[in-house]
Amino acid sequence: MITQALIIWLLPLLAFTIQIFVGKRLPRKGDWVSVSAIGISFMLSIMLMIQMFMAYDPEFAVTAAMPWIETGNFAIPLGIRLDNLAIIMLMVVTTVSFLVHVYSMGYMAGDQYYNRFFAYLSLFSFSMLGLVLWDNLFGIYMMWELVGICSYLLIGFYFTKDSAANAGKKAFITNRIGDFGFLIGLLIVFTTIGSFNFSAIHEGVSSGLLSGGLLTAAGVLLFAGAVGKSAQFPLHVWLPDAMEGPTPVSALIHAATMVAAGVYLMARLSFMLSFDAMLVVAYIGGFTAIFAATIAITQNDIKRVLAYSTVSQLGYMIMALGVGSYMAGFFHLVTHAMFKAGLFLGSGSVIHAMHHSMHKLHLHEDPNDLRLMGGFKSKMPVTYATFLIFTLALSGIPFFSGFLSKDAILGGTLAFAMSQHNPIHFLLPVFGFTAAMITAFYMFRLVIRTFYGKPVRPEIYEHIHESPKQMTVPLMVLAALSIFIVYTLPSFNPTGAAGGWFDHLIQHPHSAVSAQLGHDVLHIDHETEHLAHISGIIISILVAGLGILLAFFIYYWKKADHTRIAQSIRPLYLLSFNKYYFDEIYQATFVRGLLAWNDLLNWFDAKIIDGIVNLSATVTRVFSAVSGLFDLHIVDGLVNGLANVTSLFGNGLRKIQTGQVQNYILGALLGTVLIIIISLI
Amino acid sequence: MIQLNTFLIISAIVFSTGIFTILYKKNVIGILMGVELILNSVNLNFISFAKYSDAQINGQMIAIFIMILAAAEAAIALAIILNIYRDRAMVDVTLIDEMKN
Repeated sequence: MITQALIIWLLPLLAFTIQIFVGKRLPRKGDWVSVSAIGISFMLSIMLMIQMFMAYDPEFAVTAAMPWIETGNFAIPLGIRLDNLAIIMLMVVTTVSFLVHVYSMGYMAGDQYYNRFFAYLSLFSFSMLGLVLWDNLFGIYMMWELVGICSYLLIGFYFTKDSAANAGKKAFITNRIGDFGFLIGLLIVFTTIGSFNFSAIHEGVSSGLLSGGLLTAAGVLLFAGAVGKSAQFPLHVWLPDAMEGPTPVSALIHAATMVAAGVYLMARLSFMLSFDAMLVVAYIGGFTAIFAATIAITQNDIKRVLAYSTVSQLGYMIMALGVGSYMAGFFHLVTHAMFKAGLFLGSGSVIHAMHHSMHKLHLHEDPNDLRLMGGFKSKMPVTYATFLIFTLALSGIPFFSGFLSKDAILGGTLAFAMSQHNPIHFLLPVFGFTAAMITAFYMFRLVIRTFYGKPVRPEIYEHIHESPKQMTVPLMVLAALSIFIVYTLPSFNPTGAAGGWFDHLIQHPHSAVSAQLGHDVLHIDHETEHLAHISGIIISILVAGLGILLAFFIYYWKKADHTRIAQSIRPLYLLSFNKYYFDEIYQATFVRGLLAWNDLLNWFDAKIIDGIVNLSATVTRVFSAVSGLFDLHIVDGLVNGLANVTSLFGNGLRKIQTGQVQNYILGALLGTVLIIIISLI
Repeated sequence: MIQLNTFLIISAIVFSTGIFTILYKKNVIGILMGVELILNSVNLNFISFAKYSDAQINGQMIAIFIMILAAAEAAIALAIILNIYRDRAMVDVTLIDEMKN
């Protein structure tokens, strides 16, 4: 199994190496190299999945390790851990990655840097798979940075466009802030426990090597990495800008896999979160969920709506991990990866059609703009049908995958709030349910404005066509994976994941913090859980239905004019439309502050440091003039005198040097004879 | 039975002839021949000592070694001489003195 995992992991790296060096010269610019590499990885992942099902054991795990750095007592082994979490994640990554590769063959066709695009995709797949496979934080950190690089490269793929290049930089720098926390957390863990390995950390925390405030600090700092990578508040600003990248990239990296890396990391580390750290995680996640959802309502760029929706859904996952609903959080990661990748690919299909239509009409407007669409249902039936399925899944409608996972999260937060004695924790389920309603609202706003109604711009509508097969087939596959039954087998229960394979295989790891404290870090009894689950189902269906109705009310039946509503609550509308002015606030505080600090340093440099340097330069010059005179007359005089004497001798001696070898040999012969004569005497 | 001395005398004669050739000849080819004579006289010495001595001296090995060396040296020397000849159509050592001064 380990060999299989290694092949899965290293094939994309091989494809990357081939693509980056000789991709341009291969037939079809080498897209088949990347696609077949990830295709094989995908099939091998299916085989791993089958092996996992054969075992069907929540504790199933295969590990392998090798020494990497060893000097004296200091040792860092590197290893791979294949457990249910890793295998399912592997499956998600290879599935989405494979479909996106196929889709890109259609979407990116004719691009100038076609081969480079596939090279980056392969490198990304390699790094993401590595992140999933490593059994230690150090390896994860390496891969963590690698996926960051790939994200940077792919966001800035159209690097001739200023906005794309800037978005790439923004994503990278914002991520660095989170990664800094991650690094410190890593060092805390290593200095106290002396290992990066997950099982060693588990033992270390259980035995109390890392405890109290330091444990909370380590948990929160490691979470800071996840905040950056999973675009949680307050580091969420990079993800919407990341939509400057090509749409397949948004689907793969900024919806399904890389942004989920933060959630995956927290799932891996959930055993070492203390109660306080869990609260931080839960509140940041919950706040992000509702915060991003309110921004998504007013955006007009189809991809930006989806981007904020992604931020919001990631908030859900993080919140779930914070309230101890381990399975729910990871479950939402998996289902969300499928339907959100589908939504992005679907929006890519729409944008592709818009782009071609505008190209024909020589229009120079934004092909992403919702306000120019409408009525595409009949022109793009496949895209419409799949998009609707993804939307239903995201809105949390029964019979679709999103309902199962979102409901599990909402039930989890409700159970958490009910089991705590502090009523303030009911904020978390309130955040969750409100965000669920808003999600349903903005998603149906998107669907109605894109696919329903009359075309807003008939001339553009005329030239809209369904996308090619490479693009529609991945959509259909993802749509099939958004149906509830995929996750609930062998049971056919559309209301919950309980009894399904996912629920059985992914179970909360034994908390090391509980072992250390001697009591459960978070105790939720079975009855509360059951009650919360039932009420969660009812409320979540109600709020989702309400959100959908509201969307139809405003945008389909047009009972209320949305511009007039916006006018009547103008301050709120502007706040949401301008994303709560976060970019401006960061610009005014951090960026400006940094620039002012730079100016200060510049002044210090110019006046003080340069002054000192110039003074010392003058002193040196005077000194060197004096020593120059000394050099010229005394030192040089000595040297010249010596040279003159030598040349006098040389001139005398050169007379003997005839340059004739024969003379020298004669001399040598006579000398030898002389020596022999002397020795004989 | 030929005595060791016989070989040594022959060797000395060859050696002297070589030295004389080197000193006397102006032609580089001639000088090269003299060098070959000297090397061969030494070879003769090595082989005869190896033959007549009771000690385990493998003079033959050295002789073969010198032969190889001489061949290599002759190859290089002839190449140089050929180049000099091509350059100025003569091989007189007394006139080749560009490196002087």
